Parts: sequence; structure tokens; C-alpha cells
Amino acid sequence: MILITHDELDVGQVVSEVGHPGAGATVTFVGTTRDNTAGRRVLFLEYEAYRPMADEQLARVAEEMRERWDLTGVAIHHRLGKLEIGEASLVVAVSSAHRKEAFEACHYSIDRIKQIVPIWKKEFFEGGEVWVGSQSDFDPIHTKQAVV
Amino acid sequence: MKVEVLLFASYREKAGVGRLTLELRDGATVGDLAEAARARFPGLPEASRIVVAVNNEYQEHDFALSEGDEAALIPPVSGG
Repeated sequence: MILITHDELDVGQVVSEVGHPGAGATVTFVGTTRDNTAGRRVLFLEYEAYRPMADEQLARVAEEMRERWDLTGVAIHHRLGKLEIGEASLVVAVSSAHRKEAFEACHYSIDRIKQIVPIWKKEFFEGGEVWVGSQSDFDPIHTKQAVV
Repeated sequence: MKVEVLLFASYREKAGVGRLTLELRDGATVGDLAEAARARFPGLPEASRIVVAVNNEYQEHDFALSEGDEAALIPPVSGG
């Protein structure tokens, strides 16, 4: 399922959602909050989303994955709110009959989320904070679907 | 006509407000809205670079707005 939540993410739960008798491979991606950016120590992070658009765009990413690859399951969970260092902010699980499809679709999902889903991350440093994101690269209408 | 405008993340902080109603001429486009928002909040990027979603869908700057639309100014996304 597609889920955006303030609760802690449960990797096992996400994996279980893509279980399928026809699956021979399950690929999981876990995005975690890192303690540094460009040499600066990050203390914690905060995520916010524009809902329900973010939910709809995440569902769109899952639809694109299913259009491009023959998959038996897709689940994407994204966390919001304050996250401590090392916590999971994103969990994607993809299952397919054979491994190649699941690997490629999982990779694609992360790139695509970073192109079109209206979720924002703020990093908090000692003595400062910054919203992450590049204005020059951001063009969700015209950016072609990521090539894997 | 009146359009509900939402601002998020860095744009909200630069504007100092997350939601407002803007009065635009009938037939105004997303580009006109971006210009009006930039005029009101000079801390925003130049209008041509502001990405806008209307009623939860990304739209080009020539897209015509309607009375009561919800238009969100979307800063560069950084999920994941």
C-alpha cells in the first residue's frame, strides 16, 4: 500500500505487503536520516508534505512502476514529522517473479519520488537549519521519467 | 476571482504565511498567479521558476485558473 505517516516506519510490515505466491524476489529500499551534509553535522530532520497531493503522487509513482515492469507487489511508506538521526524516512518494497524487475523498479521509485512527490525535508544543524532541494533541478512537469 | 493559495516549506517561511486568498482578474493563469505571489512576497524566486499545482495537479504557467481553485506553490521537493 501507499502510506504517508507520522508514525515510525516498520520495514517488516512494508515487505509483508508485497508478498505474493508468484514472487521470486523482493527488493527493499530503506532511506535513513544521515548525520551530516557537506561536512556539517546534522542534529535532526523534519519532513512535511502537501496532502493529499503527496499521497496521489506517490500512488502515481507506484502506477508507473507497474506500467514499466511486471511486478507482483509494490508498497511505499514515507514518514513525516521530526526524525532523529538513523531513523527510516522512506521504505519501498517491490516484488516480482524474477529479481531484475524488482531491482530496477525499486531504483526507479526513489528517483521518481525525488522528482514529483511534494514532500520536503529540513535539516537542523547547530546554529542553523535549511530546506533541502535544488530550484535549478526542479521541473516536475517536464522532467522525463527517470531512466534506470 | 478569488483563488486559495497554499505555500509550503521554504516558500511558506519566506512569505511568513502558509495560506492566503488572492484576488485575480477573471481568466488569470498560473503564470499570473506566480507573478502576483512574487509581487506580494519578494522573497520567493522569480515567477517563471515557481512551480504550481492546481487542485492537486501540477500545471503549466499558461493554465487558466477558475474561481475557488486551490493553487499550491511547490518549492523544490526533497522527499525520500
